[in-house]
Amino acid sequence: MKNLKKIISVTAAAAMVMSTVAPVSVFADDATFKIGGIGPVTGAAAIYGQAVKNATELAINEVNEDGGINGYQVEFKFEDDENDAEKTLNAYNALKDWGMNILVGTVTSTPCVAVANETAADNMFQLTPSGSATECVANPNVFRVCFSDPNQGTAAAQYIGEHKLATKVAIIYDSSDVYSSGITQNFTAEAANQGIEIVSSEAFTADNNKDFSVQLQKAKDGGAELVFLPIYYTEASLILAQADSMGFETKFFGCDGMDGILGVENFDTSLAEGLMLLTPFAADSTDEKTQNFVKAYKDAYKDTPNQFAADAYDAVYAVKAAAEKEDVKADMDVADICAALEKGMTEITLEGVTGDEITWTEDGEPNKAPKAVEIKDGAYAAME
Amino acid sequence: MSSFISYLISGISLGSVYAIIALGYTMVYGIAKMLNFAHGDVIMVGSYVVYVAVSGMGLNPILAILLSIIICTLMGVVIEGVAYRPLRNAASPLAVLITAIGVSYLLQNVALLIWGADTKSFSNVISLPSLKLAGGSIVITGVTIVTIIGGILIMAGLMLFISKTKTGQAMLAVSEDKGAAQLMGINVNKTISITFAIGSGLAAIAGVLLCSAYPSLTPYTGAMPGIKAFVAAVFGGIGSIPGAFIGGVVLGILEIFGKAYISSQMADAIVFGVLIVVLVVKPTGILGKNIQEKV
Amino acid sequence: MEKKKLNKTTKSNLITYGMVLAAYLIVQGMIAGNLLSNLMQGLLVPLCVYIILALSLNLTVGILGELSLGHAGFMCIGAFTSAAFTKATMDTFTNAGLRFFVALIIGAVCAGIFGFLIGIPVLRLKGDYLAIVTLAFGEIIKNIINVLYVGIDSNGIHFSMKDQMSLGMEPGGKMLISGAMGITGTPRQSTFTIGVVLILVTLFVVLNLINSRDGRAIMAIRDNRIAAESIGIDITKYKLKAFAISAALAGIGGVLYAHNLATLTALPKNFGYNMSIMFLVFVVLGGIGNMRGSIIAAVILNLLPELLRGLSDYRMLFYAIVLIVMMLINWAPKAIEMRERLFSKFKKKEA
Repeated sequence: MKNLKKIISVTAAAAMVMSTVAPVSVFADDATFKIGGIGPVTGAAAIYGQAVKNATELAINEVNEDGGINGYQVEFKFEDDENDAEKTLNAYNALKDWGMNILVGTVTSTPCVAVANETAADNMFQLTPSGSATECVANPNVFRVCFSDPNQGTAAAQYIGEHKLATKVAIIYDSSDVYSSGITQNFTAEAANQGIEIVSSEAFTADNNKDFSVQLQKAKDGGAELVFLPIYYTEASLILAQADSMGFETKFFGCDGMDGILGVENFDTSLAEGLMLLTPFAADSTDEKTQNFVKAYKDAYKDTPNQFAADAYDAVYAVKAAAEKEDVKADMDVADICAALEKGMTEITLEGVTGDEITWTEDGEPNKAPKAVEIKDGAYAAME
Repeated sequence: MSSFISYLISGISLGSVYAIIALGYTMVYGIAKMLNFAHGDVIMVGSYVVYVAVSGMGLNPILAILLSIIICTLMGVVIEGVAYRPLRNAASPLAVLITAIGVSYLLQNVALLIWGADTKSFSNVISLPSLKLAGGSIVITGVTIVTIIGGILIMAGLMLFISKTKTGQAMLAVSEDKGAAQLMGINVNKTISITFAIGSGLAAIAGVLLCSAYPSLTPYTGAMPGIKAFVAAVFGGIGSIPGAFIGGVVLGILEIFGKAYISSQMADAIVFGVLIVVLVVKPTGILGKNIQEKV
Repeated sequence: MEKKKLNKTTKSNLITYGMVLAAYLIVQGMIAGNLLSNLMQGLLVPLCVYIILALSLNLTVGILGELSLGHAGFMCIGAFTSAAFTKATMDTFTNAGLRFFVALIIGAVCAGIFGFLIGIPVLRLKGDYLAIVTLAFGEIIKNIINVLYVGIDSNGIHFSMKDQMSLGMEPGGKMLISGAMGITGTPRQSTFTIGVVLILVTLFVVLNLINSRDGRAIMAIRDNRIAAESIGIDITKYKLKAFAISAALAGIGGVLYAHNLATLTALPKNFGYNMSIMFLVFVVLGGIGNMRGSIIAAVILNLLPELLRGLSDYRMLFYAIVLIVMMLINWAPKAIEMRERLFSKFKKKEA
């Protein structure tokens, strides 16, 4: 046993020595922007992180081909955070060691709040593509591309109320997820103002997300005319299949997390017929910008981009626009870049794939119109 | 009333999936006396094999399932030989448990690299029509029927195999006392290999049924059902084959009833709460043998 | 001369303390000399958290001889109770150091109480049954915290298991725990120094317990319950004592964890059974009952995925392989035999 300890300690010591040495920062002659990205690329949320990673990379390659930002080339590095608040700080620190001067991340809300606290302390500009919880952009240096959870919950209730889609609504949400419970809370609050009766509000958890028969049965028994699904499409695809097999015919309404359901490999899209969702991005939209993005993404990654990818793509171009507006130079100090971009973000109007004219307010929220789409014949169709 | 029956049926169909997974779990536990944490991940790999064979290569579903069973069986034998066997006589039985966790991570990450993180919708390979009762208000899906019948057949088959065949008897002997079995001329290594082969082959079948009932497939699909099945196996009395089946069905019904009549947010807490109560009252599970401790 | 000769256990314990202190001094030196990367600096507090958890679980697994798969649950209780306290008193309790200390006590005591309460029914069970019941408790705790809403306003503290609105709070009220969104805005007070002090405290508690009368009773129960019972050792009492202490130590780890992050949520990732299993991995890899081994294993297994960041997508795959290989090398009887042969050759050469 003693020898064993020796082996372990020697390995440990060697590992410590190799890892602890701080990288010597080398200032290259030609400075570049170093954009870092953080998100889960392993673990159960990997799909969102990979989408953001790919789309950010795609956008940065395009920017570089076009001559970079203000003449500077852009480097990109993405670190895995496994959707964990603690690991995300490791990812952030690893990126700092690399010399990051702008952060496009994080992908998911809980890590985003943890990292936002750090970027505020370091004066690092942060633009999260998809961190939707309210607290993500609490600090002045943090902006986001996606809608906030309260915004989506309220908008969905208003949309249903104004278009008289239903008066009796059931909700199925993920009570172990920040995004889902955030939307549900605000939807419920706004529903009362819209004269919508919530007949059932049933939850599931990350550990219990296979069988939805009870939640659907309660909705059915309550006479719901519409089922609101503020959840991600993985579970939604199961809910649609189970509703179909139990013979429950109703309308379904989702938020931006629902986008991607048509892209689920091998999914029977007829199940999603009539599904409505509020999303700023639709992969088969006919406008040129979206089509170019979708084509480039498909060529590079053999996959249809989802909402997360679109947010990340816009994020890079927002950083570019803000940097050009304020004439940010790559060799500026991180804090100076941050101050300039903070100012720039509120001045730009972005023609993005998630909105035609996106502007940002000082508190970091985007102004863009949520679009409601309905799935018809296996494709999105715009709703009035 | 009709919703009560629907809940009961949902519970049984969820439970029968747990039961089939639990059969594999309990088989390995009963003979090799180890918790194979990677069992859920073998299920996941088996499901991917069927998915690729059916949706990608256009293979006949029956052939695809056979292929999956063969691959999982081989995988089970290899995993046992490489990762578990060297630790069988380790100073603590926990060592092999930890390796099993390592294998579980390994399989998940290999699947992640091969098939990616995005959800695949598993096409139902069981084309049996649903059974509609009481004017369509109660629906029993074909998958549920197949799962229940399959579960009972597998349970009966395993019990027969163990009690009637020579290999089965060897397994029993090994589970009672490895050393004595060895002295009696039983090849312990071979017997445990066969156990893993059968357990993993069952995992392939469980995977097909799991993914047919709940058609979403990711590299992490097997993990939670694996743990639930482990709970079910303990519930029924771990090591007991009929116990695993009953434990699985009871667990499924409890989960659905907990969601339906108490709180959907607290479904997990309710299931685990009942488990604790059962184990505290009957510490070896529903059908577990009570072994008197001797000095 | 006899005086100077320390007894073997004391010597071994001193080496363990010394190792922690030496590591602390080296790291502090490296920070002062600006030699430590940001990544490593950020890892220091988490390392302390996991070392404490490994030590705490080793008390249950190695000394008490019972398998617990619910330690993340105790950590979770320590984390949430202390963070809620800090959040509630942030404006009124201005002495940050003292407030942290009180939070620490609260976290440890609450986790300890839960350990005691859970221990009463659970410790009657044995082996894998005990493991599964502790796993179940861990999952229950996580599940309940995910649906727990706690707010504070001028009327006092409000609880709900449904949603924020049913709290019926006054407009000026403050949310402490908002269900799945957990606790946000806890000040980051955990430092490496505090972490190391807490490791030393944990070590002190554990090592002293082992070498005390109680500890010997506990180990007697582990080695032969019936024999221990027959010489009049009160099994339930000692088992509960060890389990409650172990839970309280896990709670301390939780406090340190909670005060290192601006946001605290109870996800399967950080407080689920996977995390409990991870702690078990530290304990088994480091050697069951071997406290020094636990510390080293916790350090290696936490550094490993960070060191492997260069492999990007292959990182976790490698981690799994390394874990399996390390287990085989450390535990397989054949590997141990081979290693010993190798070492004895070396020793002969040296001689």
